Amino acid sequence: MKLLTLNFLTCARKTCKTNPAAFPLHPREAELEQIEAEINPLLIQNLLPRINWEVLKTISQELGLPSLPESAPDSEDFMTEEGEPTQTLKDLHTLLMEMNVQNGKLVCGSCEHEYAIKEGIANFLLPSHMV
Amino acid sequence: MEYLIRFVQQHETFRKPEVEALAELLKIKFRWVSYSDDTPFAIIDFEDTENPTKAARDLVSRSILVSKMYELWGRGTDFDSLHADIRNRTEHIWPDYQASTFRFEFDSYHGTHPNDEKWRLIESFSYMKFTGRIVMSRPENQFIVFEDYKLDAPKPHNVFFGREVAEGGRKAMNKYNVKKRHYIATTSMDAELSLVTANMALSAPGTIAYDPFMGTGSFPVSCAHFGAAVFGSDLDGRSIRGKKGRNVASNFKQYGTSDLYLGGVTADLTNSPICSGRFLDAIVCDPPYGVREGLKVLGHVKEKLQQEVILSNGVPAHLQSDYVPPKKPYSFVRMLDDILDFSAIRLVDGGRLCMWMPVAGAKEDPEATPEGLEEPAKEEPEAEEYAIPQHPALALVAESKQHFNKWSRRLITYRRLQDSEISQEALTAYGMQRLELQASNQTGETTRANDLNDFRKKYFEGFKNP
Ligand SMILES: [Zn+2]
Repeated sequence: MKLLTLNFLTCARKTCKTNPAAFPLHPREAELEQIEAEINPLLIQNLLPRINWEVLKTISQELGLPSLPESAPDSEDFMTEEGEPTQTLKDLHTLLMEMNVQNGKLVCGSCEHEYAIKEGIANFLLPSHMV
Repeated sequence: MEYLIRFVQQHETFRKPEVEALAELLKIKFRWVSYSDDTPFAIIDFEDTENPTKAARDLVSRSILVSKMYELWGRGTDFDSLHADIRNRTEHIWPDYQASTFRFEFDSYHGTHPNDEKWRLIESFSYMKFTGRIVMSRPENQFIVFEDYKLDAPKPHNVFFGREVAEGGRKAMNKYNVKKRHYIATTSMDAELSLVTANMALSAPGTIAYDPFMGTGSFPVSCAHFGAAVFGSDLDGRSIRGKKGRNVASNFKQYGTSDLYLGGVTADLTNSPICSGRFLDAIVCDPPYGVREGLKVLGHVKEKLQQEVILSNGVPAHLQSDYVPPKKPYSFVRMLDDILDFSAIRLVDGGRLCMWMPVAGAKEDPEATPEGLEEPAKEEPEAEEYAIPQHPALALVAESKQHFNKWSRRLITYRRLQDSEISQEALTAYGMQRLELQASNQTGETTRANDLNDFRKKYFEGFKNP
């Protein structure tokens, strides 16, 4: 599961939906794997406004990855004048598209429920008493 | 110049919406001059286009249901009127083509000619004075005589003449043929309609699509073919994980699109972990019809099992690693409604929901005919059509039907409206209705999967009249 996905996942419990603490989910005991991917400037440019920068900073920090700039970069800073990807874009690409969470847990900050990740697939099925 | 689209003569009701979707995606303006589901030949005209040839190429290059695209040099109801029309439309450009290598071909729908007659007909075009060499392979210009016959008619009722300018995207069907796919299941949708669905979803580089019932990943794989980043979920994690290295991820590897596969999660639509923000460009799905097991969602109908279950060793059951959460029956209609609401909350403005559903379920209550009345006439439809589900935030874009032997299904495509386009009154009323539906479902303790799912019932009755 690419790290980008974590920006779109929250606790599955209905009772947590209104609690800001339920998002983002906190990765625990996460095994990361970097898998090289072709850089996709258009995708990152389009998704950047749909990503909460504070949330991304939190996820990145909790995974022990290099810290991100204080505020979200401007997508105008993604390409050099020669049309080459800038370091800013490359770093974001590495973080969002090349970092994969293979195993571990995602923990809700509101109800503390743990969702297991195995072989890159997170399991969000809830027992009856949480539905 | 007008253009002739040579469609494949199948999946007819998908053809127009597919081309229209591609035009929307590429911001190409055109109008239909003529179109009918009964013929493979349609005519379009581009509007406000500086380079119509380029527009023609762009428009159909990834279309699955377009075979080829032609400049329309003339049309008529017989060869005399065709020749007159060709003169009228194109006499001024003939000199540009007179020296080039070329070839003539026939494309006769429901009709055929003996070879000598073909030569005689081709001779009748000699007034254009094409003096270039005739070559069979890779000519500079390929001209086609199109004939449209009614079944068994001796003569065509429409004839066209065109110069080939572009080829459609049907080659992708071969690449995505499920027979050659690494990982499939019996429910995997065929390559042709998966790719059409991806086109309907406006899949393109820089967009993100989600499939809430991904199964073996037919739709995500097709959307990624057109450059969209994709992710999905399924209630059954085993379908994502697969077996012995054959899984959804390995399909992306096979097609060289792993970079676009963001991941798959095991999840239920009614208790979804997908954030509620407006971040998806497309939602694409073929929801389960529940034919084999009835539809399920998380939860339990028995009240005491809605409590936390503690095992005899004092450990909560759900913390066991082999824990399988219980599931309860789920009505098909309710599910469709949930999909629409889910989509309205998460699609960006102009984003699309492409959802497959069966056309009909069983009649509501076959025993309801009062005694003493005659049996209904045999021509009566065997099953009741499901209404197309509606949502105030979603505008219906297209409805296309695929027919099978005993049943049919349809692809419904919606566009997420801008908030300013949505009637607040309708939205409020819709919200109230949903709350009522959910409340009534909470108390449905005795409901069985059969009662909940008309389609499943009909399936086991063999789609016959009771
Ligand atoms: Zn929670």
